Amino acid sequence: MATASTAISHRRSPPKRWNLYVAAVAISLFILIPIYLIAVAAFTPRAVLNGFPKPLLPVAVSTDTMQAFLSSRGVGQSVVNSLLVGIITLVLSTVLGAPAGYALARFAFRGRDSFQLLILMTRAFPIAILAVPLTVTFINWNLYDTLWAVALVHTALALPTTVLITASVFVAVPVDLEEAALTLGCTPIGAFTRVAMPLALPGLAAASIFTFVLSWNEVFASVILTVQNRTLPAQVLTQLDNSPLAYKFAGGFALIVPALIFIFFIRRYLFNMWGRIVR
Amino acid sequence: MSEIRIEGISKTYPGGKASAVTDVTLTVADTEFMVLLGPSGCGKTTLLRMLAGLEYPDSGRIVIGDRDVTELPPRKRGIAMVFQSYAVFPHLTVFENIAFGLRMQKRPAEEVRRRVESSAGLLQLEPYLLRYPAQLSGGQRQRVAVARAIVMEPAVLLMDEPLSNLDALLRLQFRAELKKLVGEVHTTTVYVTHDQVEALSLGDRIAVMREGRIIQVAEPMLVYDRPATEFVGSFIGNPPMNFLRGHAHADNGLANVAIGTQSIKAPASVAEAAEVLVGIRAENLQASTSAPPNGSGSLRAETLVVEPLGSHLLVTAAVEGQVVKVVTRTDFAVQPGTSIWLRPEPDKLRWLRAADGTALGGS
Repeated sequence: MATASTAISHRRSPPKRWNLYVAAVAISLFILIPIYLIAVAAFTPRAVLNGFPKPLLPVAVSTDTMQAFLSSRGVGQSVVNSLLVGIITLVLSTVLGAPAGYALARFAFRGRDSFQLLILMTRAFPIAILAVPLTVTFINWNLYDTLWAVALVHTALALPTTVLITASVFVAVPVDLEEAALTLGCTPIGAFTRVAMPLALPGLAAASIFTFVLSWNEVFASVILTVQNRTLPAQVLTQLDNSPLAYKFAGGFALIVPALIFIFFIRRYLFNMWGRIVR
Repeated sequence: MSEIRIEGISKTYPGGKASAVTDVTLTVADTEFMVLLGPSGCGKTTLLRMLAGLEYPDSGRIVIGDRDVTELPPRKRGIAMVFQSYAVFPHLTVFENIAFGLRMQKRPAEEVRRRVESSAGLLQLEPYLLRYPAQLSGGQRQRVAVARAIVMEPAVLLMDEPLSNLDALLRLQFRAELKKLVGEVHTTTVYVTHDQVEALSLGDRIAVMREGRIIQVAEPMLVYDRPATEFVGSFIGNPPMNFLRGHAHADNGLANVAIGTQSIKAPASVAEAAEVLVGIRAENLQASTSAPPNGSGSLRAETLVVEPLGSHLLVTAAVEGQVVKVVTRTDFAVQPGTSIWLRPEPDKLRWLRAADGTALGGS
């Protein structure tokens, strides 16, 4: 993907390339400015924050605000909860979704097209409608107010995209490579794990980022399905009304950072796999 | 010993209209280099993939050595395959690519290193062992693919158009190298190509395929010289074999083939068919600009085009309205629009039934 787009931009004439840069800068600013402002606010002393106008530059840096937020009741645990839910969701949706994506990519089976459509149908049910039945079901299963309940719902939400993204990832891995592995002594599973899987890793990483961020941000199901074991967004949301401004900024920052860190670490799989893009 | 016996193999792809391979029977002798040659879609690759175990036949049997491998997966067949697309693993170094199959067999590290280095040496890959495929040229990647196959010391080496992705010069060079290499490793080889020059230059024998069937299996020069059908004659050779349509009739213990107002003598058996094709290669026609003494069996032709091709002239002429290609020496002085006389070398004339294009006896 990356090589294709750079190859095209190299061929572009200079004015068009400028357009591309302007667009890239605009999009980056659109995303970065709010993050920046929240970060500044999160590290500004409470007194300054409550004044007006609010500082646009980090005039007075202090960790008081963040410390106050992180030490307030339930926050630490909810961060851990969110991480756990995100990881469980990531593992479950990959374990379930990647084989389905692989099947979609490699095999021409009966009902393949309808399957592809049906997968998306899970997203057609508004979760608000499912909230009550889900709550009842999870109570019956003794899963209510556990991280598993939230993770299961997040997995259901993430699966369609996981399946479709992994399908497109596996389509991009040439069948020849797996066949070559078969002729060199691999079983079909061996060919998958030794050849298709490593080559698909960048794409799978992209799918998992998507899944993790989806789970990290998801708030509705988390609020409904938990009482004590809140995830961070649920915790922040429920505390939002009766908390000071500083808490909101710190909470917002705390919500953004882990997702950014996760993407930062997994980013190299996206752009730079084995030194070159898989061809 | 790894002779390959293919017995009555047929295969239709699911959803395919016609069968890809129809009732093919072929035996490849131990250490023989067999080329499957045919136009695209003739079933040659399907046949190869069934030998590899990447496809399974609907009916028939495949025996490699003494084992019936018809139902076996690729890894249990003792084969190695070189793919058209190279299929070199991009996430492994050249060394690990070549070592892949040996690692699957859990060979000791020392043996892996020794065998990888030896086959890398055969293909001049030693300087690149630690590189990744993306850092290699197309030709080098193809070398890796070949090294990866021969390092397995397979009973049967399968190659699917291995040269077709290389540029012309590299192809020429690698073709000779491949021929030398395969001669050295002494393994039974089945090689698929649509390039008749490759087939002629590499094969111990050539199996010409068309529409899922094998039409002729013979040594390259025989296929070239005595095509079993009009298709084989026109598919192999550049320019293709000339075919002139004529009427045959018995004449005094021989046969006479009338081409328009002219005629040539033929063996008596040719008169079996009323309508015949006279096949003759461009280089087996001797052209002259003056009428020969009568009775020499020459055909008069109109010169249409003269193309100097460096080593020779390619003359396009018409005999009674039928186009003929002739190869002449470069000093042959002829102008388009003039008449020339073409004398076929008698032992190079081939006779075929016009009705179905099959060769007649006695030719």
